[in-house]
Amino acid sequence: MTRLRPALLGLALALAPAAALAQSAPAPLIALSCAGCHGPAGAGEGSVPRIAGYDREAFVQSWAAFRANERPASIMNRIARGFTDAEVAELAAYFAALR
Amino acid sequence: MTRLSRRAFALAAGTAGLSLAAPGVLHAQSTGRLVVIGGGFGGASAARYARIAFPRLDVTLIEPKATFVTCPYGNLLLAGERTLPQITHSYDGLKARGVRVVQDWADGIDATAKTVRLRGGQTVPYDKLILSPGIAIRWNAIEGYNEAAAEALPHAWVPGAGEQTTLLRRQLEALPDGGVVGFAIPPNPFRCPPGPYERISMVASYLKKHKPRAKIIALDAKDAFSKQGLFQDAWNELYPGMIEWVPLNKDGRVTKVDAREKVFETELGTRHKVDVGNVIPPQSAAKIAIDAGLTNETGWVPVNPLTFESVRARDIHVFGDANIGQVMPKSGYIANSTSKVAVAAAAAALEGRPAPGPTVYFNTCYSHVGDEYGISVVGVFRPTETGFAETPNSGGVSPRGPLAQQREQRRLEALYADAWYASITKDAFS
Repeated sequence: MTRLRPALLGLALALAPAAALAQSAPAPLIALSCAGCHGPAGAGEGSVPRIAGYDREAFVQSWAAFRANERPASIMNRIARGFTDAEVAELAAYFAALR
Repeated sequence: MTRLSRRAFALAAGTAGLSLAAPGVLHAQSTGRLVVIGGGFGGASAARYARIAFPRLDVTLIEPKATFVTCPYGNLLLAGERTLPQITHSYDGLKARGVRVVQDWADGIDATAKTVRLRGGQTVPYDKLILSPGIAIRWNAIEGYNEAAAEALPHAWVPGAGEQTTLLRRQLEALPDGGVVGFAIPPNPFRCPPGPYERISMVASYLKKHKPRAKIIALDAKDAFSKQGLFQDAWNELYPGMIEWVPLNKDGRVTKVDAREKVFETELGTRHKVDVGNVIPPQSAAKIAIDAGLTNETGWVPVNPLTFESVRARDIHVFGDANIGQVMPKSGYIANSTSKVAVAAAAAALEGRPAPGPTVYFNTCYSHVGDEYGISVVGVFRPTETGFAETPNSGGVSPRGPLAQQREQRRLEALYADAWYASITKDAFS
């Protein structure tokens, strides 16, 4: 039992950052408005897709496609045009890190 | 005036605080007392976000009602497509997160002593006050439109416990086929710019199905309105001949009502007899904001656009419909979006950190105009030195065009509207 402890402790430490991020670390302010449609912490709601855990690179590419009207959209094309590349990168990093 | 009650003194000195704090709220290392007034989209979102992002803050929500009925989706109730329980939200989710919910009226704010006086006699001290009290109706701004008149000609614009919205619904149900439904619509600014026109659409949808010979007359104190082209296209296509919209320049401004006779009288003296009348009256910031001296000559609250702190009182952050958000609309989405910036700024100040940097404020507003028919307006805003500015080349309304071409867009937006409602109410109340 005692010999297992270091291994368990290591596991706990490895899990802690992701768990903490998902539950309590303040999200960047820029990401908080997304909750209005995509649900708290980007969990998705009804017909609006989940964006928590969205691959970072794919997020950036999707955003660019929305912005260029190259991806079918109802409202995201209008939203995408209002954000800078740096802001999109911040959003992508945050949602990719959510579980 | 600034003398604290014995209760308040005890609270401030920390001797009576224990009995008031909810379990789980009290932290030896509490970084401050955040008191939120108003449990609508703004205040509830603020309280929830504060508990998640700043768990060492003590968070108290002061709200007189036990549950919150949303203005959004009230128009669907009028059409018979939602019930009151479906648009009613409890504060249980916030309580479970450790928000201390005090069910009472906040009657006054002492910005010097940093206390809130409750109608029940209690005094609540704060380190930072989050004020999201919404609107007040300017009674008698339209001659004859007072609280008694609202029992005959409902406003249904402040949901309360849903009485006004259900009253209007009952009146619509009792309307004879061939009857006239009148709307009086105020000048800008007011809560929910597309709201009156969504309401006209939803009432038309109901009438088309159940009282197809009925008519709608919409008397407007403006010459233009939110999503105007989209709404008017839809009215022509879905409800041809049913809706007459009368703008300001055609004598549309209602200046007087007769609640007994159900007559709307306009500026030039034209009298419009209606069978059901909905008066959406001119509005101001809620009374508590006015009483606290936070409003200016406009009747709304000027704020620092980076922090939402009142320019007239330190440590009081005001957002949602009560503030001067121009060019941002008075919407639930903006209240939710900006609540978090205000809380983050308040928390940073309490924890000795600089205010968070400029961010993006964001609005999405859907309107239902018919079955499987939704439209929207989107806005991306940023703080400026003097207020807020729309981000160039962004946002805007749904594409126009005949239903035959736009059917899928309209259907999707109606679906997304429902998802939006579920999402934002979760982000505020869960």
